[in-house]
Formats: sequence, structure tokens, C-alpha cells
Amino acid sequence: MTRYVMVVDLGRCTGCQTCTAACKHANGTPPGVQWRRVLDIETGVFPNVRRTFVPVSCMHCGSPPCLDVCPTGATYQRDDGRVAINYDVCIGCAYCAVACPYQQRFKVQHAQFAYGEQPTAAEERQFDPAKLGVSTKCTFCSDRIDRARETGQVPGIDPDVTPACVNSCIGSALHFGDRDDPKSNVSTLLRENRHFRMHEELGTDPGIYYLTEKDG
Amino acid sequence: MVVPNSSRIAPWRQTYWDWRAAGNFIFGGTGTGTLIYAAVVPGAPPVLGPLGAAFVLCGLLCVWFEIGRPWRALNVFRRPRSSWMSREALIAPWLIATGMLALVPRLAELRVLAGVLALAYLYCQARMLNAARGIPAWRHPRAVPLMVVTGLAEGAGVGVLVGTLAPPAIVAAAWLAWPLAGLIALRIAAVVAYRGGLQRDGAPQRLLRELSREAPKRLIVDACALVAALAQFVWPRGTVPIDVAAVLAVAAGWWWKHTIVVRLSYNQGFALPLTPVRGAGVSGPGARPGW
Repeated sequence: MTRYVMVVDLGRCTGCQTCTAACKHANGTPPGVQWRRVLDIETGVFPNVRRTFVPVSCMHCGSPPCLDVCPTGATYQRDDGRVAINYDVCIGCAYCAVACPYQQRFKVQHAQFAYGEQPTAAEERQFDPAKLGVSTKCTFCSDRIDRARETGQVPGIDPDVTPACVNSCIGSALHFGDRDDPKSNVSTLLRENRHFRMHEELGTDPGIYYLTEKDG
Repeated sequence: MVVPNSSRIAPWRQTYWDWRAAGNFIFGGTGTGTLIYAAVVPGAPPVLGPLGAAFVLCGLLCVWFEIGRPWRALNVFRRPRSSWMSREALIAPWLIATGMLALVPRLAELRVLAGVLALAYLYCQARMLNAARGIPAWRHPRAVPLMVVTGLAEGAGVGVLVGTLAPPAIVAAAWLAWPLAGLIALRIAAVVAYRGGLQRDGAPQRLLRELSREAPKRLIVDACALVAALAQFVWPRGTVPIDVAAVLAVAAGWWWKHTIVVRLSYNQGFALPLTPVRGAGVSGPGARPGW
């Protein structure tokens, strides 16, 4: 089996938001919709303070709460673990949006562009009316991953078939690959580093792992 | 101490489900409660069947106005094996049909079937809210009995009002006060248990603050409803006390459901079990802003 996951090395993330910009560029999300963003969390009391940058997006959960609640079957899980949405079936009830404990579902009712009513050339090219009035979210750049089956390239290794955010990361904080392949880049990282997954206690089996420090 | 450095890290109130979604729970709960009342109370006015069905229909209309693609609404039936929304939708047409047809004298016995379907529908609604794992106030297990019991109390309120105000008035108002008072008391207990459960199990601070601010107001209305229902026993000649109790029972239920669906709907926010090593050193303590 294949289970595509993302591994985020929190020690390497600089909070530059390049992944956020790359995602918007690749997917043409409207203003206010960020399929990926980087949280900036300050903790502690002076002088013992820490600042942590935490990239978040759809976690492509192994047990997705959004999938169970979807009344239409628009949300489905692919055999490689990715959670996807069929925009032609979704009714836009937003049940998935309130079921997602990561706040990673978005719904936009009307077309919105960055500079008023007229889209920029890039926005015009990427505008998809099928995404209006329905739920949307990060797809792990599914068009790229799907291409790997045709070309024989490896997602997470070959940039052509790797999510845009991972390709863009300037600090090599983001990694993508098959968790079920013991030789994959992500399996190696998970073996060698301490890690956690967000809100794991909710039983979602999230597909984004956060590294905190080297093991041992 | 945790200081969120940018907005939207600590839980914030979701905006996807607004008053229209609350309307489904409000009218759906009252409608199903009314149908259950009509099924179990001997001599209940036949008009309660269509009235309950109309309430349910109003609730569904509210949702229809909320969904992003209303002309695809029939897709809602497609996943009953896991979605409580699909299950609710599958019951709805049968519930509305039996509720309406129960008005026909020859088909009066349909009110029993309508009552059974209404109970199933009400349970689906409660579980539907509870299945939203992203909202701590909804996913708490004690939200389910609260939603069910408030629907029953509202239905009893409507049933009593129609029974005492619509001719021929039911003279045994004192008898009707018992179930109404019992359901109001149950709702008070469910609210107290729900609030206690959220405080004990942990919830976003803003949610708990909002609940602490809002719960007493609603509990006062419920307490007034209970006192009015009990006053019926010392006012046997008229129906004013029980009518007041019924109005308050319905009003408090609607107020509660609007509060739960719209105002207490803070999401999960984000959390870090550990903060990472940056350069050298060891991992630091985690952070859960807003909890």
C-alpha cells in the first residue's frame, strides 16, 4: 500500500511563507482562502521564550472526520491516503468544514479576485467556477501526484510530481513521500527524528508529521 | 503563558453554519417534538401532525437557503452509511408525509408512525451536531441528550399550547402540566450536565466564558417555565400558567439551540505538543493557545 504523507521539520521552518505563496500560485485560491499557511506561535515568558513556525494544511487524515460526515459522497479517500473532493457532487453544506478539527475546509460563494472585480491574467487562467459554492481544500497538488503514475517519477523526490509547497521550501523543512515505503525519504525522517501529529488524540490519523528533534 | 502572535491560532467562532443551520435544529427539533407529543398524548389535537411536519419543513428550507449549491440538494441522500445528515434527509420525506396525512381522520393512526419517525429524526439531528469533530461544544457527548430533550420539551410546549388554545380546549390542563414540567426539568438537568462536562473535559476558554455568561440567562427562562408549569396545579380553573410555561419552554429551547449552533461554535484551533529544537538544545514545552 501507499500512504502519502508530509513531514515538516519544525526546526528548519523559517516562517517565510514561501509555501503559502507557492500554493496560491499553483492552485489559484481566492483572497482569504489559504489551503496552506504558516502559523507563528510564541510561547513562554521572557526571557525564556520560543517562536515556532508551523505550516498547516489539510492533514489528509487516515480517518478523516470530513469523510464520515459528508452526506453526498463528494469527499472521498484515494487508495494512497489522499482525501479529495468531487466538486460536481458537493452541495456546499459545509458539514465537512465544521467537522475538520484543523480548520482546513473553505467555501467561497462568489468569485473574488485580488484586485477588485477584474481577475489578473493568472487568476483568469486558474479560475474554476466549479469551485464556487462548494467545499475546497489542499489536494497535495493531486494533478502532480497523479502524473507520477504515468511518468514513473517518485513524488517527494522528483519536483515535477511533488506538491508545490514542498518544492518551494527554502529551508528544506517540507518533505513529501510514501510513509508505507520503509526506504522513502519520509520514512527515514520519521525513524531518525522525534515527531508528533497535531490533534492526534481526536483519532484522525493525520497525514502531516512534525519533527521536533533528532532521536537519540 | 502563550501569546498568539497572529490571528487565528487560538479557537475562533466558525461561520459556515449560521442562523440558517440553527433554524434546521430549531424547527426540526420543535417539529419532531410536536409529532412525538401527538403520538404519545391521548386526545392530542389532530392538527399537531401537519403542524409538526410544517416545522420540520421550515427547518429544511432554512438549510436549503444555506447550502452553496441548492439545486444539487438531492445529493444529500447519497451517503447514509456514515453521514447523519444523509440519514436525517432520508427520514424527512416519510416524516413529513405521515405527519401531514395524520390529519385525515381515517389515517389518524399514522400519528404513531410519524412519532416514531420523528424520534429517529430528532436523534439524527442530535448526532449530526455531535459528529462535527471540529467544534468542541458540539462533539461533547452530552450535547446529544441536550438536543433530544430540548426538542421534546419544545414539542410538548407546542402540543400544550395548541391543546389549550385551539378549540375544543383540553380541560385537563393540570394533567398536561406533568409531562411539560418533567421535560423542562430534564432540560435544566441536561444543560447543567452539558456545561459541567465541557468544563471538566476541557474546551476553548472563549467558549467556556461565553457559556458562563449565557447559560444563567437561559436557565432563568427555563426555571420560570418550570414554575409556571407547576403553578397550573394551584390554578386549576384556567390554562394561563401552563400556556405561559409552554411559550417559555419553546422560547428557551430555540434560544438554547441558537446559542449552541451559532454562539458556542468555537473551533479546535491549533496545538503543539512540543516546541522544536532550533539549532541546539532540546525540545520545549508545548502550546495550546486559547485552551
